[in-house]
Amino acid sequence: MSFLIDSSIMITSQILFFGFGWLFFMRQLFKDYEVRQYVVQVIFSVTFAFSCTMFELIIFEILKVLNSSSRYFHWKMNLCVILLILVFMVPFYIGYFIVSNIRLLHKQRLLFSCLLWLTFMYFFWKLGDPFPILSPKHGILSIEQLISRVGVIGVTLMALLSGFGAVNCPYTYMSYFLRNVTDADILALERRLLQTMDMIISKKKRMAMTRRTMFQKGEVHNKPSGFWGMIKSVTTSAPGSENLTLIQQEVDALEELSRQLFLETADLYATKERIEYSKTFKGKYFNFLGYFFSIYCVWKIFMATINIVFDRVGKTDPVTRGIEITVNYLGIQFDVKFWSQHISFILVGIIIVTSIRGLLITLTKGMYFVSSVLLIRMSMPLEYRTIITEVLGELQFNFYHRWFDVIFLVSALSSILFLYLAHKQAPEKHMAP
Amino acid sequence: MASLDRVKVLVLGDSGVGKSSLVHLLCQNQVLGNPSWTVGCSVDVRVHDYKEGTPEEKTYYIELWDVGGSVGSASSVKSTRAVFYNSVNGIILVHDLTNKKSSQNLYRWSLEALNRDLVPSGVLVTNGDYDREQFADNQIPLLVIGTKLDQIHETKRHEVLTRTAFLAEDFNAEEINLVIEKRYFLREGNQIPGFPDRKRFGGGTLKSLHYD
Repeated sequence: MSFLIDSSIMITSQILFFGFGWLFFMRQLFKDYEVRQYVVQVIFSVTFAFSCTMFELIIFEILKVLNSSSRYFHWKMNLCVILLILVFMVPFYIGYFIVSNIRLLHKQRLLFSCLLWLTFMYFFWKLGDPFPILSPKHGILSIEQLISRVGVIGVTLMALLSGFGAVNCPYTYMSYFLRNVTDADILALERRLLQTMDMIISKKKRMAMTRRTMFQKGEVHNKPSGFWGMIKSVTTSAPGSENLTLIQQEVDALEELSRQLFLETADLYATKERIEYSKTFKGKYFNFLGYFFSIYCVWKIFMATINIVFDRVGKTDPVTRGIEITVNYLGIQFDVKFWSQHISFILVGIIIVTSIRGLLITLTKGMYFVSSVLLIRMSMPLEYRTIITEVLGELQFNFYHRWFDVIFLVSALSSILFLYLAHKQAPEKHMAP
Repeated sequence: MASLDRVKVLVLGDSGVGKSSLVHLLCQNQVLGNPSWTVGCSVDVRVHDYKEGTPEEKTYYIELWDVGGSVGSASSVKSTRAVFYNSVNGIILVHDLTNKKSSQNLYRWSLEALNRDLVPSGVLVTNGDYDREQFADNQIPLLVIGTKLDQIHETKRHEVLTRTAFLAEDFNAEEINLVIEKRYFLREGNQIPGFPDRKRFGGGTLKSLHYD
């Protein structure tokens, strides 16, 4: 009886998530475009719904809501469905749509999309070989195999994104990095842009006039076609056409310049807006948050380095450790267990929410969620870990933590380099007359 | 060359409707082989004989300013685009017949371009909602062009054409002499009739934009 109640609760929440994903798809992602193929929208909403259900199950696990056996059953079922969608349906449809866009293969697109899918499966399988995830106890097509591969890809992606985000976030939020932009700068750049456009126009006018007089005089400008045409054009080339090619080259260069100027002006406008925004209340509040967050990001990078250098894997839950340290230092009577449970729950919630937000913005779907589950395990106290371990089998979790740290560090360092170069280059361009 | 008068015409519309192909067709009398994204603004020039064959014949340079981007762009991009909207003599609004949203976005495009010119009078429309009254003062001729007719299936053509008829009517102003607007359907790709027909077609459209 309780099983039925639990199942109905799960199913209603799934339908809710489905509707939410559908709405989000329509309003945010595809606001200005028209969706021709509704299949895409359906798949997106289904994936989103099941992924959210997985997180919901984690929360239920912590709060000890619902019956234990029904939780277990739903967990397994959810995982199966998500893996099915992820490994079978999504790659197939991606391949199908790619193939439909190529005109040549239009007739046999079903055949070619199957071929593409088989290639994907092959590489997907090969991915598992260099990593220590194959456990001799289980067969080939077991859940653990699939999860481990999905997990590897997902962890890599997440680490890359986190590394970039950890560096980009302080850079964007902190006003220390904002260059000073005045209205005069913008006006000067706009004037240059319009001057370039005028130059392009005058050259094109010359070209159009030349072509018109040539046409009227009867020398039609023939493009050299074929072998003999090319030989002929080498010996007898009308002076008009020579002029034209010369002017055309100048026009191409000017057009490239105009594009650059346009992008720079847009950049300046954006910077000016950010400066104005930072002077408002909201801006100041975000600036403040930005400082906090950047400290957190720096700490994460630091910890990742230490983990790698000292070959250490995070065993204890950081929140419990933090509270232990404070309690010992300050000598306050604290019921550590009680508070740590709630705080870690809140932290897990925050990680979940930011994961969802990150997901919806970057569009990397199920893999992201599966790997999030694997990594959330690290931040939860020991007693919560049991059910996840039970369901997911014996995967080598330590490997994942190490892999995440490495990729995170690499991504963070490369984004620091990239942003540094971009920052240095911009003011020099504006100084030039 | 420079002694000829110039006419500046904006070509506006959503991404991918075919503005660059249209401009290339009108100016080079050739079909654009490899269309790619327009960053910023690309200009092309056409030499046109106004009132050809009559004693008042005059040759003009028509500059077609093809502005790239979408209506939902960041406001920094919109401010940068606004620099192109100065002293415009005519506006061509292009939409894709296979994509309904592109025709709905035409209202926002026209508002963006026309607000630029309404600024000197001190009236600023900020919320972007469509209101017919805003077009009552408009002195700039508008032309609405729908592209990719060949990609619409035969049976659906009638429904699409009636919808665009309403769209074109909406841009009409109260004073008929000041706002001139027509609608034309262009065929893309290899189905364009032939060079002489093309030229005549193009000439016919642009004649209606001129005013002394």
